[in-house]
Amino acid sequence: MKSLKNHISLIIALFTVLASVQIYVAVDRSIAAYESHLKNDYSVIVVASKSLTPVELKAMSPMIDRSESISTAQVLERLKGEMSPKNLELLKLTLPKFYRLYLNRFPTPDEITQLQKRLERNRAIERVEGFSQTHDTVYKLMLLFKDVVQIFSIAIATVTSLLILKEMRLWQFQHAQRMNIMALFGAPVWLRSAVLFRLAIVDAIIATVILCLAFFVINHYGYLTMQLREIGINVQLFNFVDDAIRSLVIALSVSIALTLTIVLVNHEEE
Amino acid sequence: MDNVIIAENLSLSYKENETIISKATFSIEAGNFVFITGASGSGKSTLLKSFYGAIGPRQGQLTVGGTKMNRISASKLNFLRRHIGIVFQDYKLIKEWTIEKNVMLPLIISGYTGNVSGSQVQKLLGHVKLTHQAGKYPQELSGGEQQRVAMARALAHNPILILADEPTGNLDDYSSSVIWNLLEGANTQLKTTVIVVTHHIPEGLTIAYKHYHIEFGTINEIA
Repeated sequence: MKSLKNHISLIIALFTVLASVQIYVAVDRSIAAYESHLKNDYSVIVVASKSLTPVELKAMSPMIDRSESISTAQVLERLKGEMSPKNLELLKLTLPKFYRLYLNRFPTPDEITQLQKRLERNRAIERVEGFSQTHDTVYKLMLLFKDVVQIFSIAIATVTSLLILKEMRLWQFQHAQRMNIMALFGAPVWLRSAVLFRLAIVDAIIATVILCLAFFVINHYGYLTMQLREIGINVQLFNFVDDAIRSLVIALSVSIALTLTIVLVNHEEE
Repeated sequence: MDNVIIAENLSLSYKENETIISKATFSIEAGNFVFITGASGSGKSTLLKSFYGAIGPRQGQLTVGGTKMNRISASKLNFLRRHIGIVFQDYKLIKEWTIEKNVMLPLIISGYTGNVSGSQVQKLLGHVKLTHQAGKYPQELSGGEQQRVAMARALAHNPILILADEPTGNLDDYSSSVIWNLLEGANTQLKTTVIVVTHHIPEGLTIAYKHYHIEFGTINEIA
């Protein structure tokens, strides 16, 4: 029972580390998906005094993915009844050209400002409209959320690592008798500590399995995925191959590194 | 014959300003059977501990199996201990392990494979009359049986030196006789050096032995 309690303590601590990392990854993935969603919707409008080819427009910034000309025919059609054909023809000649620029990624507010300046440097371009205000607010909120999750994850990882160290110290006391006897018969430090490493590895595997199960349940019920989809984010919160492997590597690295620390500190004390 | 243990002006103590063994000079030849006697607290167990590196010399020199024990490195100490068999008064068996695995411990440490160590362990358990107890755990055995397991463990890896600290201190006559027979056998048949710390030298021993007595921190050989 006591041994089970010790296992559970380490498994919970490792699970907490893994969950905080996975939440950070999921938030990062959601933001990337949202950026992609914004990128598809987002465009910059350029007003030019003369015709510009797509090649000319694309050459103005590497951020520009493609461009399309906005037709003025609709405006002219509306004015048909109000103006004489001669004036209409004159207006047609003097009316500026409108272009919609699509970008290859969703820009940050700074990048939009830079792009605007760059485009306005061209003499043919009279005006550039970024329309980024609305998108900026949501995007900035998401970035803030990502930063908060990151700080939170680091804090959780630090605190739980200290808890794991303490737990392993307890294990060491529990197995001290066995380790001392082995030392009396000349067992090297790694062999004496093999039991600690075995426990650490087993608990790391169990913690990873629990994490996979937890995310399987979250995916299965789909509430969170549905909520994200409603705000235009289509994302897989947990990838059962990549994320499971990464989680296992993290759990093993954390538990083995902390066991090694305990063993080496104890060896120094001897 | 080579000396397994050489002590020159050896002083032992746990604290800076105390003396347990003072400036002792003696040597023990390979293949000897040696008794170290003395009153309680005379320092006989401390002297034995110095032979397996649990306590280092405070002053003087101590060499065990050709290895200088002064400021010995961990790896050298481990190597030396892999050639020593130790029997403790409190047995020091691993309670989470079966009797069979406890006897196997020195072989596991020395890196012997399962088949080799398995047959050696069965042979030794036969010698200590505990073959039928192989799968049990130490706490399921009596004190005498546990000490016989400890004795089998000390012999498992054919050590060059056996150190025994009051091996029959609390044992019944049967267990005591099994242990003395094994120690005698190891000494006469395998030429293993045996050093036994005890209050009383048992009667009826058939082998020649040396006897050192510790009193007031000095070691004297008894003729």
